[in-house]
Amino acid sequence: MRYLPLKESDRAEMLSVIGTSSVEALFADVPAAALQDGTIAGLPLHASELAVERHMAGLAGKNLAAGSAPFFLGAGAYRHHVPASVDHLIQRGEFLTAYTPYQPEIAQGTLQMLFEFQTQVAQLYGCEVANASMYDGSTACWEAVAMARRVTRRGKAILAGGLHPHYVCTVRTMARFTGDEIVSALPVLEGGCGESELAAQVDGDTSCVVVQYPDILGRLPDLAALAEAAHAAGALLVAVVTEPVALGAIASPGELGADIVVGEGQSLGVGLQFGGPYLGLFATREKFVRQMPGRLCGETVDADGKRGFVLTLSTREQHIRREKATSNICTNAGLCALAFSVHMSLLGGKGLTALAAENHRLACLAAERLAQLPGVELVTGEFFNEFTLKLPADARQAVRNLAEKGILAGVSLGRLYPGEDALAGGLLVAVTETTTEEDIEALAAGLAEELA
Amino acid sequence: MNINPTGWRPTAPEPAEGAFVPTTTGNRGLMLEEPLIFEIGTGETCGVDLPEPDAAAPSRLGARARKAPVALPGLSEPEAVRHYTRLSRQNYAIDCGIFPLGSCTMKHNPRLNEKVARMDGFADLHPLQPESTIQGALAVIDELADWLMKLTGMPAIAMSPKAGAHGELCGMLCIRAALEARGDPRAVVLVPESAHGTNPATAAFAGYRVETIPATEAGRVDTAALKARLGPDVAGVMITNPNTCGLFEPDMREISDAVHAAGGFVYCDGANFNAIVGRVRPGDLGIDAMHINLHKTFSTPHGGGGPGSGPVVLSEALAPFAPLPLVLHNADGTLRLVEEESAGEDQPESFGRMSAFHGQMGMFTRALAYILSHGADGLRQVSGDAVLNANYVLRCLEGVLEAPFASSGPCMHEALFGDGSFAKGVSTLDVAKALIDEGFHPMTMYFPLVVHGAMLIEPTECESKANLDQFITALRAIAERAAAGDPTLGQAPYYAPRRRLDEAAAARKPVLAWHETE
Repeated sequence: MRYLPLKESDRAEMLSVIGTSSVEALFADVPAAALQDGTIAGLPLHASELAVERHMAGLAGKNLAAGSAPFFLGAGAYRHHVPASVDHLIQRGEFLTAYTPYQPEIAQGTLQMLFEFQTQVAQLYGCEVANASMYDGSTACWEAVAMARRVTRRGKAILAGGLHPHYVCTVRTMARFTGDEIVSALPVLEGGCGESELAAQVDGDTSCVVVQYPDILGRLPDLAALAEAAHAAGALLVAVVTEPVALGAIASPGELGADIVVGEGQSLGVGLQFGGPYLGLFATREKFVRQMPGRLCGETVDADGKRGFVLTLSTREQHIRREKATSNICTNAGLCALAFSVHMSLLGGKGLTALAAENHRLACLAAERLAQLPGVELVTGEFFNEFTLKLPADARQAVRNLAEKGILAGVSLGRLYPGEDALAGGLLVAVTETTTEEDIEALAAGLAEELA
Repeated sequence: MNINPTGWRPTAPEPAEGAFVPTTTGNRGLMLEEPLIFEIGTGETCGVDLPEPDAAAPSRLGARARKAPVALPGLSEPEAVRHYTRLSRQNYAIDCGIFPLGSCTMKHNPRLNEKVARMDGFADLHPLQPESTIQGALAVIDELADWLMKLTGMPAIAMSPKAGAHGELCGMLCIRAALEARGDPRAVVLVPESAHGTNPATAAFAGYRVETIPATEAGRVDTAALKARLGPDVAGVMITNPNTCGLFEPDMREISDAVHAAGGFVYCDGANFNAIVGRVRPGDLGIDAMHINLHKTFSTPHGGGGPGSGPVVLSEALAPFAPLPLVLHNADGTLRLVEEESAGEDQPESFGRMSAFHGQMGMFTRALAYILSHGADGLRQVSGDAVLNANYVLRCLEGVLEAPFASSGPCMHEALFGDGSFAKGVSTLDVAKALIDEGFHPMTMYFPLVVHGAMLIEPTECESKANLDQFITALRAIAERAAAGDPTLGQAPYYAPRRRLDEAAAARKPVLAWHETE
């Protein structure tokens, strides 16, 4: 077997050193009734690299890859161009096959990268400190709600209607077990972001207000007003950013007053990957750092006085604090953080601005073109690279029909909010730098035919 | 033809006078100092060619429009490639040599996995595409799920948890949901003292009070103490098997039966599944839930700390409570995703959703490629070789290191030692750092907590005998120095990119981001 270096002669020699007759004898502690005599029945035997590659290619071929069709899906996962050097660098074995940097003297590569990543995320979010990543945006969102409870010692979180429904479900699921009270509402297609309604709900029991920015319909809520309302009641503002590229074009949540900023980092470097692994980003104010979940990398010096980096403040974490830890998280998304960081380093502030501008330019083009279709209404007046159309038909069926014609038209609100009649006409369309004007025309033509 | 009949090898000359003189750059040959991107990049540099933004272009950003660019440096492509390549060379990795971290299963990461995960049909696929366009992706989930259920002998599985600890949480939430469904919530979860820290943290996060069960002299769970504590307030136990001492829990079946008789559930931490894969099905030991770290047993890369993937196999009793989404078969042979919409019909008692989308697809493709490569026979050989390698390490080192459980028989996939043989003033940390100078990644230190100065060595099946012999020889020599009280150990490492780092200073006044003022 190609992954196993021991030879039969090695095994025999090692068994004699151990002083036993067979490998099976090493499993003496396993009760005989639980020990398999031979290979487990009903499962295939080993296969060559060629055979496995063929099998997997066969499965991959049963999917319609985003790049092989006019493609407009977003809703928390965005298709951006990833520079070739990003994928090359994350496949360096020294990054790919390293463990969590518990021995910092021989893990400075990972640690320095994490320190740079934390700084990049903090800058991007307009916050003072960021951690070394979480699993993804949705779990980071829940962790933010839990952290707000620890900071404020209050147990009611108010979720804006524009928060991604999967994030809402994740928070609701976890809150069911922790006892947090969760207040949430559906988005309203033509009602705006509902800042004043949200602000009116904040009271003395509220731990935090959670607002997505841009929100699930692509709108840009007024975070500053919400921060003011939350702070006036002693609550925190949690901002959720599912499209980090947007922050090249719009003000960062931190500078608008958010106390905790979390989100999905997948857009930069990571790729679509059918939803995972993704990259949870988590940033906050320095004064809350000891309530933060997840790993943190910090600067220090070595015995010779040279600058170096270590994992730090681990007294918050499960391996030290056990049942009193701020979170049970252990493994995070290190390699995705590296991909994000490399992509961000290639872009820099200047490139991020240009990338965001190109996204916005194409999105404006698409919105204008699609809004010209008879009966189609653009319901998001202000947006970044994703907007919502109201179709005079069931958008979910339209998306399915267009997929059969090789057009991946977007995410219908029927898919995200099944059974909600008021949202059934909603179609969420995301446009990035990978979208061409031909793609936009193809979608316009396809939709026109579908609605005719 | 023998090209070197005398067996001659080049030998190093005596060190020259002044061999360690400082260099002006701080570099030492191939060991290169690398500044931060904030020190080499500029706000004007960009390594991606993009259209220049048109200030006059129409904007729909309204009042939210950013006034100035994010203050982040950019690097040109050659600068970026060089920066990260130089950083990478300051890392030890499995690709460089043995990485014997106990409980971490640092095995070879096959490159076929990487190739497969990057196939367009997997890598460039959106999680919310219509079902007709993702049948191959659902098939990967379904096929991997089938393998994992058969390898563990369990009837159900939740594929979406994103890492081991997330899987633990999934299992514990299933247990809590099952107990609540029968109107018997219960408050306590029992965790052995040798447990990994995630176990008590998870139980607490799931809303339980944690009580600790002691270990026996032989490094196993004290079955009698555990049974004595069972009662109507105990929701369940979380047991790692093989345990964190590297030993199989021979009473597992008896423990499971006792817990079930008392109305509780058994969570098994599957972090050490590599020791038994293909040979023992945890389902035969009566467990109710177990997470499987795909990044351990099934070779997906650790990536310097993730991403992981932690599918959870479930018993019949817990299956109805599994989180969304699930993949089910349609009558026509196609596959479908069960999400909130159809949960009412297909999974009405599901406890909910643990994250957005459908789990770690990029890890599923890698793990499936690995499993198919090994097949049932290869996986059986994996556990056999992993256990053989660990026992070889145990026997070769028990003469020079305290081996608290060696007398109780063979170990499983990892060998546990204590610091009992070290002279006063020499610590496990010193020994670990000395291993770094010898060119090896150290073992897991100070875990499990039940052994003083613990050193947990998990070689995995991927090491040749020659590699193990080299590692053993080095550790033996260090152990002898430790027993003799060699004071130079306290300063190790001498030859790593950095000397010992001041972790206390880092925690006292945390510097967690770069600032211009530095």
